[in-house]
Amino acid sequence: MTATAAGHISDEDPHNLGHDDDVPISERGPAPKRIVVAYGFWIFLLSDFILFSGFFAGYAVLSGATAGGPAGRDLFELPLVGIETALLLLSSFTCGMAGIALTARNMRWFQVAMAATFMLGAGFLALEAYEFAHLIGDGAGPGRSAFLSAFFALVGCHGLHVLLGLIWLTTMMAQVGTKGFRDDIERRVLCFALFWHALDIIWVAVFTMVYLMGAGA
Amino acid sequence: MSGQQRERRRDEDGADLAPGEDTQDPQAIARRVRGYVIGLILAAALTATSFWALRSGLIYGPGVPVALIALAVAQMGVHLVFFLHITTGPDNANNVLALAFGVLIVALVLIGSIWIMANLNHNTMPAGMMQQMQR
Repeated sequence: MTATAAGHISDEDPHNLGHDDDVPISERGPAPKRIVVAYGFWIFLLSDFILFSGFFAGYAVLSGATAGGPAGRDLFELPLVGIETALLLLSSFTCGMAGIALTARNMRWFQVAMAATFMLGAGFLALEAYEFAHLIGDGAGPGRSAFLSAFFALVGCHGLHVLLGLIWLTTMMAQVGTKGFRDDIERRVLCFALFWHALDIIWVAVFTMVYLMGAGA
Repeated sequence: MSGQQRERRRDEDGADLAPGEDTQDPQAIARRVRGYVIGLILAAALTATSFWALRSGLIYGPGVPVALIALAVAQMGVHLVFFLHITTGPDNANNVLALAFGVLIVALVLIGSIWIMANLNHNTMPAGMMQQMQR
């Protein structure tokens, strides 16, 4: 196809919806590796959402089963949850900034944004660890009631994901730092960004369904 | 057309965007940063509204959970659009279809579990225990 013909297509049909070119879609070969890798990771993330939906369903079913022990409204400290939410939301934003620095091939801003993401994520995790230690110290550990088992399973599973994300994040900082902006490293950072944003989406469901509805209704 | 040319054409007016991918144009930094800032402001506003809705007392009591769910769904939408760059464009069709299937399964698991367990609780519990559970 000549350059003029390609220009013609992008004028009239910017997304090539008509597919009126000489190569049928079945003969165009595989998609670029960048898309194959990110799409595969997207499928994994969706399966992770389904895993979490099991924990959410368990929590929803068991949230009233307190066995005479403390309920959500007696335990949850909303200001703490508000700070956790703010930290995770800001870390999602700085993670996006790191992605932009990556495409712009700016090493300094990439490392700064990733380090900020790490600090915010670590702050979130520290607050969650404080909350868990506090609850267990007050005798409201996962063994107290079915409600608390479900609570620790759900929120703990999210916290575990954040911890894995932090380990992955430091690995990416080191790899970009030592190996530079190589294509394969860039694909890994793209997957990491997907993972981190997905964790924030799950946290939205956690703070709404567990903390706000638990403390209020 | 050689393989290389084909690859280049695909990238130019081309086929799909990877999930989470905004644009490959390295010149579009200001536009991309603006997208994240808008997303951050919207998400923060929705979060603040959620916390406010619980405590304000302005919303009719039994309606609060519905309001919270609506706000949470809206915020997840904001995250998907502004942070994960999921759009309705043709270059995103595969990503949206996979997401739709995921949402279907999540909804089935959640709503199905809550529904059937509420029914079981209601139908199998002795009358006295019902009050005890609700305390």
